[in-house]
Amino acid sequence: MLKIVNTEWKLFLREPSMVVFAVLFPAILLSVLGAIPALRTPDPNFDNQRFIDAYMSSLVVVTLAFLGLNKLPTTVATYREKGVLRRFSTTPVHPARLLVAQVLVNVIAGVLSVVLLMVVGRVVFDIDLPHHPLGFVVTFLLGMLSLSAIGLLVAAWAPNARAAGGWATVVFMLVMFFGGVYLPRFLLPDFLNTIGEYLPPGVEALQDSWLGAAPDPVHLGVLALVTVAAGTVAAKSFRWE
Amino acid sequence: MAIIEVEDLVKTYDRKVAVDGVSFTVDEGEIFGILGPNGAGKTTTVECVEGLRSPDGGTIRVDGLDPRRDRAELRTRLGAQLQQSDLPDRIRVGEALDLYASFYRDPADWRELLARLGLADRAKTEYRKLSGGQKQRVSIALALIGKPKVAVLDELTTGLDPQARRDTWELVEQVRDTGVTVVLVTHFMEEAERLCDRIALIDAGKLVAVDSPAGLVSRVDGEQRVKFRPATPLDVTLLADLPEVTRVERHGPQLIVTGTGNLLHAVTSVLARNQIVAADLRIEQAGLDDAFIRLTGRKLSE
Repeated sequence: MLKIVNTEWKLFLREPSMVVFAVLFPAILLSVLGAIPALRTPDPNFDNQRFIDAYMSSLVVVTLAFLGLNKLPTTVATYREKGVLRRFSTTPVHPARLLVAQVLVNVIAGVLSVVLLMVVGRVVFDIDLPHHPLGFVVTFLLGMLSLSAIGLLVAAWAPNARAAGGWATVVFMLVMFFGGVYLPRFLLPDFLNTIGEYLPPGVEALQDSWLGAAPDPVHLGVLALVTVAAGTVAAKSFRWE
Repeated sequence: MAIIEVEDLVKTYDRKVAVDGVSFTVDEGEIFGILGPNGAGKTTTVECVEGLRSPDGGTIRVDGLDPRRDRAELRTRLGAQLQQSDLPDRIRVGEALDLYASFYRDPADWRELLARLGLADRAKTEYRKLSGGQKQRVSIALALIGKPKVAVLDELTTGLDPQARRDTWELVEQVRDTGVTVVLVTHFMEEAERLCDRIALIDAGKLVAVDSPAGLVSRVDGEQRVKFRPATPLDVTLLADLPEVTRVERHGPQLIVTGTGNLLHAVTSVLARNQIVAADLRIEQAGLDDAFIRLTGRKLSE
């Protein structure tokens, strides 16, 4: 299993666009936004926080959404289309291991990305590290797993790699929107924010654990539920060829 | 001794019967061909043998194992090269072999395997940069990495140029010489004729015949044709009166003599006696193609 993860990790590193988007992009975006003076001045409209402080959780959403809803479904659907999964099923190792390896590679890439984001935020812009580290780690992992489960569901149902890419993009856009990536969440109407709170990958729980309090167990529960439900359906309906 | 036994295999997709009561046995150490036109049910048959599909009827034994029930054990004894099965674009040949080797308890030495397949200098090459023939050789390497007793090779040379095809044939013979039983799925007559010890002819889901290539050919009448251009005019009755000759046709300067038995000897004797030089002498015998047409009533379209 370690060897599969290791191989998949090497393959990930050989795709420059994947590495840039999944690992480097959030930190780059933070640097660009942080370069604008107005966005690093405390804003009385927003509890005297700076925009960049409040935007950190949305940057984490970027990483999670890209890995779970772009990289995962397209890679898996391509592996199926090219017969990589079928070839696995002629060996003593079940092809499901390859999917698990994909998710593990995503977790590693996601951790790298978020650590980089924290370092840049802390060193360059004096942004606090998450105040509730345990809550943040739990939310991050649940957020990742829930989006991965949805990504695998897309891969399971899409007839081919192109369709998987298309469908995943729609979900990706929605998640990014509700995660406050396109428009900061304080500009979104309340009812949209409320929806976003419960949607994977749990932007509100990320925000809570970053800015002070523990994440709301209900939010985490919803993420866990989505993971189990989407994961089960994906596993039941997955086609290996 | 039989290493694969297939009896009354039936497989249906939706309502279409893909394989309809096929039975055959494969002996240990032979190259066994499964030959037939596209869509005849060849791939479905071997996929049932490989345990990738469950049959709707009949029994299969591979080295004493039931491919579905004993899947896990079968995987260690049977290597499969699948039709249209790629690797990730950017994986290096050496990495792929090393990875697949790690799936088996007692794998072959992958460096040695690569050398044997003429890929020693490609270990660090990314899969996407290989030629079609090289990709097929990697595919064979992956099928052999677990030291299987049986290797199933499906449409091995489809899409390869003639040189790569011949090289691949040599490889298959080498594989057999190391003691591996080879099941070869193909729709190329020439490939089956050249490589296989025995061939199962399959058409429209049914088994038409199982025999050696020569055995299949001998089922067709032993009719032969001798074609040549006589250098000087020749009285055709001299040929037509021979007991071996059934028909003499003239096509412009060319004579076509059809007959049986030792036709060539009879014709050339007449020519020698009359001191006639024959130019462009050619002899045509029935081949697997003719056998296929005779046995199924239609051509094996290529």
